[in-house]
Amino acid sequence: MKQYTRPLICLAVLIALPWIVQHPYPQHLMILILMWAAIGSGWNLISGYTGQVLFGAAAFFGTGAYTAALLVNKLELSAWWGLPLGAVTSVLLAFPFGWISFRLRGPYFALVTLALNEIMRSIATEWESLTEGMVGLLVTQTWVSKVPYYYVALVLAAGSIVAMEFITRSRLGYYFVSIREDQDAAESLGINTVFYKMVSLCVSACMIGLAGALYTNYMGFIDPKVVFALHDISIVAILVGIVGGVGTIYGPLVGATIMVAVMEGFRSGAFGLLHILANITGSPLVATLTKYVTQAHLLAFGVLVIMVILYLPNGIMGDWPILRKYLFFWKRGSA
Amino acid sequence: MAYFRVSDITKYFGGLAAVNRVTFQVEQGQIYGLIGPNGSGKTTIFNLINAYFPLTHGEIFFEGQMISGLKTYQICRRGIGRTFQVVKPLKRMTVMDNVIASAFLHSRTKSQAVDLAEEMIEFCGLVPHKLKLAKSLPIASRKRLEITRALATKPKLLLLDETAAGLNPHEMDEAIGLIKKIRDAGVTIIIVEHIMKVIMTISDRILAINHGMAIAEGTPSEVASDPEVISAYLGEDFRAES
Repeated sequence: MKQYTRPLICLAVLIALPWIVQHPYPQHLMILILMWAAIGSGWNLISGYTGQVLFGAAAFFGTGAYTAALLVNKLELSAWWGLPLGAVTSVLLAFPFGWISFRLRGPYFALVTLALNEIMRSIATEWESLTEGMVGLLVTQTWVSKVPYYYVALVLAAGSIVAMEFITRSRLGYYFVSIREDQDAAESLGINTVFYKMVSLCVSACMIGLAGALYTNYMGFIDPKVVFALHDISIVAILVGIVGGVGTIYGPLVGATIMVAVMEGFRSGAFGLLHILANITGSPLVATLTKYVTQAHLLAFGVLVIMVILYLPNGIMGDWPILRKYLFFWKRGSA
Repeated sequence: MAYFRVSDITKYFGGLAAVNRVTFQVEQGQIYGLIGPNGSGKTTIFNLINAYFPLTHGEIFFEGQMISGLKTYQICRRGIGRTFQVVKPLKRMTVMDNVIASAFLHSRTKSQAVDLAEEMIEFCGLVPHKLKLAKSLPIASRKRLEITRALATKPKLLLLDETAAGLNPHEMDEAIGLIKKIRDAGVTIIIVEHIMKVIMTISDRILAINHGMAIAEGTPSEVASDPEVISAYLGEDFRAES
């Protein structure tokens, strides 16, 4: 049980957090982090463990999100039904695409998911009678406070991580990694690679779809540009996985924390510091700089990925032993 | 009905017949050797048996049932295991995990798979390497890992592809010992090998092929004295005067 001590402490802290941090803005960031941890886990299962790179996480995310929103707007059900049903529709979407593309090897799956992302966005944009197109869909939020959403997100993230822990220790986990390492060898060991790749994709789609449905409930508004965004959803899902550590269980949580920090840090101008600085100094230079910095988060993602790939190719969790050595060395040096 | 029978198999790559109308049969408990010069189609025959490539023509029977047309993983489930000439370890997994992954095939629970994997690692003498990453192993141990992993799928028929290539004489003797041990455990073996010392000492029967065609079949001494085989290996000048 010793191996679970740290995760359990971590979980206890996360459960207690809304009492400690009462301000809604950090709570909002925490919800985003937990949501991204769930998406990252989904991405990591199919791409990190099974080795089939998913470029279109937003296809499943948006499907989950739209399922929840349409349940309210068309069927007048609660948007919370979108969580189970969003997961189901995402899996239904994943199934035919995986079934076709997993017969081939190499980059075909990655390309198909990239295309799927764009196809879904086009459908959501063009099919105005159903989705209202670019106008988007509104959902009345259930709670004013962020705390209930926080706990739903926490259940989702913790559930994803527990599921990953369970899967990686079971037959499925061994089969997924075998497929990643050598598909021919896996096949000649009696593993039905097409079938197990499908299983992996469906579980991934399920996790990502759940996160999408949560997003609709939490944000209260979705449009195709937001939930089917290639750069703000699909790419960030990949970055969460790569930065945190491909093929590690806690990597997505760490990656999500860093990505949300970077994303929000830039978007809010170093959490509002630059705006304050601009007001104090009154210098137009700082104000202009602030404007640029708030737009620079995509640039920061690029730099971050380059740094991670150069210095920590297995991500923060994957290279934790190396990273810890550096940190320890640094501490000893400063002492 | 023979235990394992390959009937008239042919494989074309474009216009080239890599394997051309080869027929042979293997009895239960035998070690059956395949020999031939480089590029003669030995490995292609293995790739046809386990459906890595589809057959152009012909049929393969195992335990009285036709297995040609099945998928690779289905053939493994029927009880035909194989190793690869160019070893394919699951590099970023430990030796133990490599074997567990294949032991799952005939295990219902993980603890059964772990037990089976332990047993096979012990059988093949990989215990000292158990917790090392597969990519860190030297070639002799990687070849042994291939065999261990194939054995963990509980094969009735094992296809060994150049298990002794690249080994030093001492390692080769160990490999021969291991192959005999596997045979004694009741597994039928088909082996492709270049090293005559290995194939002549362990095979019960041998099939020689050249340019994808069977040129001789029989006991090791019969095949070794066959004029066709000698000319295939050494050229026309050495054709035995008979």
